[in-house]
Amino acid sequence: MTTTEFEDLDIYRERTRTWMAENMPRRDPDNPWDAVNDDDDRGTRNRQIQRTLYDGGFAGVCYPTEYGGQGLPIEYQRVIDDEIVHYDVPLLFSLPTLSITGPTVLEFGTEEQKQRYIPAWIRGDELWVQFMSEPSGGSDMAGALTRADRDGDLFMLNGSKVWSTYAYRSDYALLLARTNWDVPKHRGLTMFIVPIHHPGIEVTQIKMVDGTVEFCQEYFDDAEIPAENVLGEVDDGWTVASRLLFHERAAVGGSSPYTIGRYRRGAAGRRELVDLARRNGWAGDPQGRQMVGRIEELNTVQQELIERVRVGIGSGYFPGPAGSIVRLFSGVSEVERANIALELNRDSALVWDTGESTGQAGIEYVQRQARCLGGGSTEMARNLISERILGMPREYAADRDIAFRDVPRSG
Amino acid sequence: MRLDLSDDQQLLQETVRRFVESEMPIESVRGLYDDPDGFDSGWWKRGAELGWTSFLIPEALGGGSLSGDGPVDLAIIAEELGRTLAPGPLLPTNVVAETIGRSGSATQQALLADVVAGELILAWAFCEPEGSWSPDDVQLTATGTADGYSLMGTKTAVEAGAQADHILVSARTPEGLTQFLIPASTPGLVVTPQESLDLGRRFAAIRFDSIEVSAETVVGTVGGAAADIDRQLMMAMMIQSFDSAGAAARVFEFTVEYAFDRYSFGRPLASYQALKHRFADMKLWLEAGHAVSDGAADALADGVETAHRVLAASAWVGDHAVEIMQDCVQMHGGIGVTWEHDIHLYLRRATVNRGLFGTPTELRDRLGAVLDA
Repeated sequence: MTTTEFEDLDIYRERTRTWMAENMPRRDPDNPWDAVNDDDDRGTRNRQIQRTLYDGGFAGVCYPTEYGGQGLPIEYQRVIDDEIVHYDVPLLFSLPTLSITGPTVLEFGTEEQKQRYIPAWIRGDELWVQFMSEPSGGSDMAGALTRADRDGDLFMLNGSKVWSTYAYRSDYALLLARTNWDVPKHRGLTMFIVPIHHPGIEVTQIKMVDGTVEFCQEYFDDAEIPAENVLGEVDDGWTVASRLLFHERAAVGGSSPYTIGRYRRGAAGRRELVDLARRNGWAGDPQGRQMVGRIEELNTVQQELIERVRVGIGSGYFPGPAGSIVRLFSGVSEVERANIALELNRDSALVWDTGESTGQAGIEYVQRQARCLGGGSTEMARNLISERILGMPREYAADRDIAFRDVPRSG
Repeated sequence: MRLDLSDDQQLLQETVRRFVESEMPIESVRGLYDDPDGFDSGWWKRGAELGWTSFLIPEALGGGSLSGDGPVDLAIIAEELGRTLAPGPLLPTNVVAETIGRSGSATQQALLADVVAGELILAWAFCEPEGSWSPDDVQLTATGTADGYSLMGTKTAVEAGAQADHILVSARTPEGLTQFLIPASTPGLVVTPQESLDLGRRFAAIRFDSIEVSAETVVGTVGGAAADIDRQLMMAMMIQSFDSAGAAARVFEFTVEYAFDRYSFGRPLASYQALKHRFADMKLWLEAGHAVSDGAADALADGVETAHRVLAASAWVGDHAVEIMQDCVQMHGGIGVTWEHDIHLYLRRATVNRGLFGTPTELRDRLGAVLDA
C-alpha cells in the first residue's frame, strides 16, 4: 500500500496537533502511562476521551472505515501516539479493547458481529476484557475447564474465569470454553462473545496484596449464551485464541497498529527517584549513586529494547513470540527496581507516620512477584523464547493426543 | 545487529562480513597472537578501502560516511570485527581521527587523508597508571617553553601505542585540559609494550620525561580540550559496546548450535528446560545489548541524551557480554575452558572491553551522579 492515496503525514501531524490542543484534556507529559485516573465503576472518563477522539476522527485509526474506523496505515496511529503524549490516553480502550480483543473480532467475526461490535468500541460506548485464565491454572490456557454445553440455539456456560482486569466496569468479554471433552485439549475449545452483566454471571473483585481491586473473578452458573455469539467455529476456539495471544504480544510489545499512546519512562520518574534517594540520605554516597545509576541503565535499556523488538517484529526479523523478550525484561527488571527502591527507602518503607506514603516501596516489594506472573509468567516467556525463537525442542506434555476428559488434573 | 539498516548499510555489513570471514579466519587470528604488531598493515589498508577509517572524518577532509551518521556506520564495522575477533586499531584510529577532524589545525587535518587510506595509524594516550578513565585524573603536565611545551608524565593501556604513527596525548596545563598530537618519532618517547588479557590487541605504556613538543602539536585551544575528551570517551565506549555485542552474538550462535548437536542421556542439551531457560536469559541479555548499543550509536549521531545512552550501553553490554560468554562456557562443559576452544579468545576480548573505559560499576556511578548534583 502506498501512502500517496492518504493525507500527507506531515499535514496529518499538524492537523492532529492542532485538534488535540483544542479538544483533548492535558496532563503531565512526563508521566504518559499514568493517564487513567479513572476510579468510577464504569470507566466513564476513558469512555469520554475515546468518544472525543472518535468525534474528532482520530479513533480506530487502523480499523476499516466500514466499521467506524479511519482505514489508515500504522504510520498515522504512530503520529497520534507522538502527539497524544501531552494528553490523557483512554488506556482501557487501548488495551485490551482496541488492540487485543478488537483485532481478534475483526479477524474472525461474522459480518453481523463486526457491524454490531466494532463501531461501539471505537465510539467509546463499550469496553471489552478477556476471560481466558482459570483458577485451575494460568499458563495452560488450552486446559480450560469452563464448559459451554449446547442446548438448541443456546450454550449453557458453567465454570469460572479469573485475572480479568476491570471486568466489573466492562461490557463484553471474549471467553474460551470447552465444548468437546472427547478430543485432545486444543481441539475441543470454542471462543464466545459474552455480555458481562448478564443473568448467570457473577463478577467479584479480587483484593491484591497491595490493596488494589482491579482484578476480577467471574462465576458462570447456567449462563445462557446465544449460539450467534460464537466467534469463529465451534471447537476451533484455539485458532482464535492463538491469534488473540498474537495480538496481545503485539500490543504489549509495541508493534500493534491498534494501541493508543506509547510507553515511555518519563523524566518525572527520574526526578522522583533522585528525590527519594536524597530524602533518605543517599546523596554523596557512591552506593546511592550506583543504585540510581542502575535504575537509569535499566530504564534506558528497556526503552531501546521495546523499540528494537517492535521494529523487528514489524520487519519479520523476529517471529511474533519475540514479544516474550520484552515481557521477560519487564519481569526481571521490575524485580530489580523493587529491590533497589526498598533499599533506597531504608526504614521509611517499613515503618512510617500515619498520613505518609513512604510505605509504598515496601508494599510494592511484597507484591513484587506479580510483575513476573501477570501477562504470562516469566517461566512461560523463557519457554517461548527458547522454543519459538531459538527453535529448541518443546517441553513434554502429558496431555498431548488424548481426549481431554482423560487428562490428569489437580484436585 | 541493527534492524533498520538502509540498503547501503546492509551491503556494507555483508561486504565486511565476507571480507573478514575469507581474509581473517580464526586460524589467522590465532596466528597473529604471536605477532608483536598484532595486525598486518596490508590487511588494515584493505579494510580502510571498505571505509573502516573514514566514517568519522568529514568529506571535505577525505572521509565520509554512508548514511550521514558516521557513528552508526562505524558501529556496523565494530560489530562485525567483534564477531570475528578481527584485529586492528579500529577504535583508537577512529576516536582520534574524529577529534582531529573537529578540532585539529589545517596541518593536522592534512594527515587524515592517509588515515582514510589506512596508511597512518593513530593512538589515543589518555589513561594514566595512578588514575581511572576520568578526565579529572589526567595528571600528565604540559609546561610552556620558549617555542612549545614540555610533557611530563606517563600514559598506560595505549592501544596500538607502539604501532601508531601519531599519538594524541591529553595533558594538564595551567589553563586546563589540553591535547597534543605528536609523531611517534618524537625524540625521547619511551614506548614500552604491555601484556594484555586480550591476546589480539597490543597495548603500550608511554613515558614522557620532559619531552619537547612544538606549539603546533596542540589540538584545538590550550585548556579547551574537555569537550573533545568527553567525546572521545563516549565514542570509545560506543565502539567497544558494538565490539562486545558482536562477539557475544557469535559465541551465543555457536553455543546454541552446540546445544542442538550435543547429546547426553540420549537427548540434545537443547531439550533440557533448565538449560533452555538459561539460553532464554542469554537471548534477552543479547537483544537488550544490541538495542542499547544501537541507542548509543544513535545518541552520538543525534546528540540526544548522549552521555546517558552511551553510559547505559557500556554498563549493560560490559556486564552482560562476559556473562553470556561465561554461561556459554558452562554450556560447553570442560572443552569450554581449554586453550584449544575459541571461546576464551572471545571472553578475553570482552573482559578487556568490560573495564577499559570504566567498569560497569564506575559507569553506573556516573549515571547516578545526578544524585549529588
